[in-house]
Amino acid sequence: MGSVDCCCRCEAVDEKKQMLLEVIEKHRDRKGALIPVLHEAQEIYGYLPINVQKTISEVLDIPLTEIYGVVTFYTQFSLEPKGKNKIQVCMGTACYVKGASGILDKLKEKLGISEGECTEDALFSLEATRCIGACGLAPVIMINDDVYGRLIPDEVEGIINKYRNEELK
Amino acid sequence: MQIFRAHVLVCGGTGCTSANSEKIISELEKNIENNNLQNEVKVVKTGCFGLCAEGPIVVIYPEGSMYTMVKPEDVKEIVEEHLLKGRIVKRLLAGDTEADDVSKSLDNVEFFSRQHRIALRNCGIINPESIDEYIAYEGYKALGIVLAEMSPQDVIKVVRESGLRGRGGGGFPTGLKWEFAIRSKNEQKYICCNADEGDPGAFMDRSILEGDPHSVIEAMAIAGYAIGANQGYVYVRAEYPIAVKRLEIAIEQAKEYGLLGTNIFDSGFDFDLEIRLGAGAFVCGEETALMTSIEGKRGEPKPKPPFPAVKGLWDKPTVLNNVETFANIPIIILKGAQWFSSIGTEKSKGTKVFAIGGKINNTGLVEIPMGTTLKEVIYDIGGGIPDGKKFKAAQTGGPSGGCIPEGHIDVPIEYDTLIELGSMMGSGGLIVMDEDNCMVDIAKYFLEFTVDESCGKCPPCRIGTKRMYEILERITGGKGEEGDIEKLEILAKNIKSSALCGLGQTAPNPVLSTLKYFRDEYDAHVSDKKCPAGVCKSMLSYVISDELCKSCGICARNCPVDCISGEKGVPYKIEQEACIKCGACMEKCPFKAIFKNA
Repeated sequence: MGSVDCCCRCEAVDEKKQMLLEVIEKHRDRKGALIPVLHEAQEIYGYLPINVQKTISEVLDIPLTEIYGVVTFYTQFSLEPKGKNKIQVCMGTACYVKGASGILDKLKEKLGISEGECTEDALFSLEATRCIGACGLAPVIMINDDVYGRLIPDEVEGIINKYRNEELK
Repeated sequence: MQIFRAHVLVCGGTGCTSANSEKIISELEKNIENNNLQNEVKVVKTGCFGLCAEGPIVVIYPEGSMYTMVKPEDVKEIVEEHLLKGRIVKRLLAGDTEADDVSKSLDNVEFFSRQHRIALRNCGIINPESIDEYIAYEGYKALGIVLAEMSPQDVIKVVRESGLRGRGGGGFPTGLKWEFAIRSKNEQKYICCNADEGDPGAFMDRSILEGDPHSVIEAMAIAGYAIGANQGYVYVRAEYPIAVKRLEIAIEQAKEYGLLGTNIFDSGFDFDLEIRLGAGAFVCGEETALMTSIEGKRGEPKPKPPFPAVKGLWDKPTVLNNVETFANIPIIILKGAQWFSSIGTEKSKGTKVFAIGGKINNTGLVEIPMGTTLKEVIYDIGGGIPDGKKFKAAQTGGPSGGCIPEGHIDVPIEYDTLIELGSMMGSGGLIVMDEDNCMVDIAKYFLEFTVDESCGKCPPCRIGTKRMYEILERITGGKGEEGDIEKLEILAKNIKSSALCGLGQTAPNPVLSTLKYFRDEYDAHVSDKKCPAGVCKSMLSYVISDELCKSCGICARNCPVDCISGEKGVPYKIEQEACIKCGACMEKCPFKAIFKNA
């Protein structure tokens, strides 16, 4: 993840920052623009580093403290970069009573990381998440936008390897 | 308009989509083309049918054949046999829909026949991305009637007389809420829709938005007219990408047709709608917190009064209803208050959608008349408990609700009866638990949820729930002390009476209700250091039976911490000190020689 401002101090701003400024411009006249802006900023950067928050603060004229307060309040917003493949283990009640903890344990074991962490090669990050509403398929995990349902712990390794192999290609 | 001789409905809800229904649609289209049927057969991607356990689901009309667990490779057969030759593919028919040579219509399937679909009336029937299909099912007719023939007071009167109560949890009478808002004089008022469905295990609001988004838009416009608001906001979870997308499409279409915007139906009434995405905070399901979040701030609740009907979003009078509540409105206007109030019971009118999940055969979405018993829902509609296990409890109301034990399974489902039992209707999650679930562990699960989601504004919730969680952790960890249960009860009472918002006030409910009905399980944990259900790891041990062990060594090879040893001819042993109780050995033993000692 590169820095927000260009490192050579030239006039040019990087492409991502340009996109961010456009997003802010699009929303600035809306009432309650901050959260929509944060959502789109996170889509651009993958997370919300402090430099991004500073830019938003300057353009929207909202104190940085307030922005930081909002970012840290909502679980969707992240101050840390995420892995290339975001694994979310559903911890909704339906999944929980059908053994979601066993799936999470297996993922931790196979990836060697805990919840909220990212693997060293930045390939995977692991999160226990709130109900994703696929209760009919419990227990489920979500990797990026794909849902894997009716899982048993033994299937976990195969799923992870699928993503690892894709990376090797 | 083109007439088709057959319609193939494919569920495009989240459950079926994750079970590959998109691929089935593309395969269907391909095979229909290959057989040159594209002018005779139409494929429709619908919302959720409700029977998520059997997904992906394909229904073919006019026969009404319901095919379940369809795989992309089945599509060729469906097209060639059913659509081309008119022969139903029996092997794919849903369990009890097969009768003699024909398939039964859906209304005769037990899962559907006991339901009464009002809020879900269009889900699984129309294409949610087509406003024309909604209009063909009397869509926007209610809005037309309201704007042309009714005064705002008339609308509120109908809603009041229907007896409709909020479907999001509290059960506040909807008409009364609207009346408070019409009485607040202000030039600017707002209508908000709560689609921040955070209750784990509940997904009916998502299914309505995915399956019938226009019904919510229409209802919000009606509500706007009734209270005098020109702007609406739908606050929806960002975790529901399909719902958000369909809602965006629906709003766009409604604007195009002049059903949102200025001077709707030439009545002089203006109404506009915007979507706001939530950002993963459960407390934002609370009305004042939700409004604070729309304002772009930390979603913390505010003390009431003033109520939102007086001072809500941006300090203006605001009405907030949840998705399912709104979905009932257009049909109440069309069919009348009396029709609606004839369904259900004296104090709970109409129907309620439940998401049934957990240890039950037919997981999915069902809409039942109020007053249906829990037993009917679990056994007749839900198909009972899998694997011949015994029913233990049903959890309703999520982290704000409680568990209903077997002794009360005949309870008719109503707002008040559930509260009497120490649970609540909530938004409609219904999770079934069997004998393998530990009730103390479940209570801990919900407390962990509340601790995590507490916004931190008021100390009873911030600190109190944390202390309760610590005690539960101690109890499930085998370190429970005498007096712990009593401490839980005192804390629960105090948090209930002093927390600022609904989240804190109801947070102790899962503990209180499990204590009420399963106190013996708590006692077993604290006094005997035993977990009767065999869930709490600290209190169990795995042992290998000397008689059954064939010394194959599979257990030892699968043990992640190498704590199983033995040799040929001698039964294997588990070194208890080192065992992490993962259960891998028991799972893998081909002779079922390993047991869990609770």
